[in-house]
Amino acid sequence: MNGKAFLALLARDARVARRNLVPLLFQTFLQPLLFVFVFGRVMVGSGYMPEAYKSLLLPGIMAISMVFTGIWAVAMPLIGEFQFTHEIEDRLLAPIAISWVAVEKVVAGLIQALVAGLVVIPLAWIILRPGLELHLSSPILFICITLLVAGFSACGGLALGCSVDQQHIGLMFSMVLTPMIFFGCTYYPWSALSKFPIVQKLVLINPLAYASEGLRATLVPQFPHLSLPLILVALTAFDILLLVVGLRQFHKKAIS
Amino acid sequence: MDSAIRIRDLRKVYNSAPPAGAGRGDSSARKKRNKEPKPQIKALDGIDLDVAPGQIFGLLGPNGAGKSTTVGILTTRIRPTAGTAWVGGHDVWLDQTAAKRQFGVVAQRPNLDFSLTAREILLFHGAYFGLNSHHRNERAKALLDRFKLTDRADQLVRGFSGGMMQRVSIARAMMHDPQVLFLDEPSVGLDPQTRLLLWEIIREYNREGRTILLTTHNMEEADALCQHLAIIDHGHIIASGTPRELKSSIPGGFLLRLRFGHTSAPLLERLATLAGVTEVRASGDSGADLYACRGGSLIPEIVTTAAALGVELSDVHISEPSLETLFLHHTGRSLRE
Repeated sequence: MNGKAFLALLARDARVARRNLVPLLFQTFLQPLLFVFVFGRVMVGSGYMPEAYKSLLLPGIMAISMVFTGIWAVAMPLIGEFQFTHEIEDRLLAPIAISWVAVEKVVAGLIQALVAGLVVIPLAWIILRPGLELHLSSPILFICITLLVAGFSACGGLALGCSVDQQHIGLMFSMVLTPMIFFGCTYYPWSALSKFPIVQKLVLINPLAYASEGLRATLVPQFPHLSLPLILVALTAFDILLLVVGLRQFHKKAIS
Repeated sequence: MDSAIRIRDLRKVYNSAPPAGAGRGDSSARKKRNKEPKPQIKALDGIDLDVAPGQIFGLLGPNGAGKSTTVGILTTRIRPTAGTAWVGGHDVWLDQTAAKRQFGVVAQRPNLDFSLTAREILLFHGAYFGLNSHHRNERAKALLDRFKLTDRADQLVRGFSGGMMQRVSIARAMMHDPQVLFLDEPSVGLDPQTRLLLWEIIREYNREGRTILLTTHNMEEADALCQHLAIIDHGHIIASGTPRELKSSIPGGFLLRLRFGHTSAPLLERLATLAGVTEVRASGDSGADLYACRGGSLIPEIVTTAAALGVELSDVHISEPSLETLFLHHTGRSLRE
């Protein structure tokens, strides 16, 4: 691997991100901000939801924010650059194996997903206080889970971005991302699905379910959640699977 | 001396439509969205090529001949079906990273990084190739100046005209000072002034000892710029040599394209016996292509010969020795068709 070229690729993405900072901030933070406000403040404040819902909701919002950002940050540029502008060609011709060009995209997306996820915590704290009860018992476990969540988001973005045609972007959102969010144990814990046993089993194929439950287990362990070893194994498996699929699709796109 | 570019028995068969810019290949088959077996499109059918270091080499052929596929394989973007290609001694498929250091590429379609300014495009390209910051800045400045881009250097290339984008692409390809420069149809869409600037820059780069491979379907460009040419059609190389050698290989040199009321075998036979005529070919029902060592002075004799058989000459077009004539001689088709 050519470290210099890899860093230069990252520097290029950083430059572009800096140039698009304002739209990027809106894209990243507006949605979680609205979610936190409506569900955490309006619904709880008006008495439709119990006070504890604030704390239950936060990890879910964090998971959505990370997954959405990671997928968006990698998939959208790739779809455009491969099919429309061919902008990526100069990077494919850099003296580095093309798998590293894909890995660089994943790393850039992972960083964005981490930022998006971590900013939700202070954001929620400002809006939801008082009544928000976070218990960060194991920082190391929390870091592991957030890294794995950011990782599968970015790898998922790679796989989707190299598989979806430009004209099917809308379909990608309605067919993949929307069901993923609603069946991702984001607004409710996994245990709440116990009355729908089939759905409860089915959501286990959704990586976002492990993301929400994982963050719940490390941030608000007072609520029921899936077992941590299962979460860690599942998230690691999704990271690897999506990376492998993403790299394969990337090669297919990059080389005719 | 080792070749700068070497190609041995290179073949490429596309299982679906070839990428844009890589022509149509040797088939009119089109991919359809149904269960039929995918059409196979043979784009390259066993090509051998040697380009000596320091040469300006032209790959001349009509659209869909296989030019862009050849460049695509040489620049690691297309996987060859069979055969091997080397750039600067590195196998472009097995040793991609080393090969990529050897060359710069100007693709047929614009592929600039729209999120960056012209200067940033050059600077980041330099950074990918490991140029240090000082060297990068100096070289980018010099290239922007050379390509008359300095006054727009710090604007996003998104708003550039086609000609300006093309200039940025070429500057970018030269940024890391590669030994071999690939230019795929570099002058398509350029105004005559920019085209001349481009030719001048290509010649200048070549004088520094660099190898240049360019593809074109423009005979004038091939003739003016290239020291060596290969003519490619339907994935085969049909002729190669210096432009002079190629032109002198046309039988007779002159081509007279004749139209009659109708033609007949006796007429063609008699035409072939005229002094200076080296070859006569029927062209459709009423035409004949006549290769000869003289042009206009043959007309009276042709008219007389035809009249003796009761045939009237209705049209004649005389071409002096040119690459167009050569292409026509080899393929029976015009390069422009």
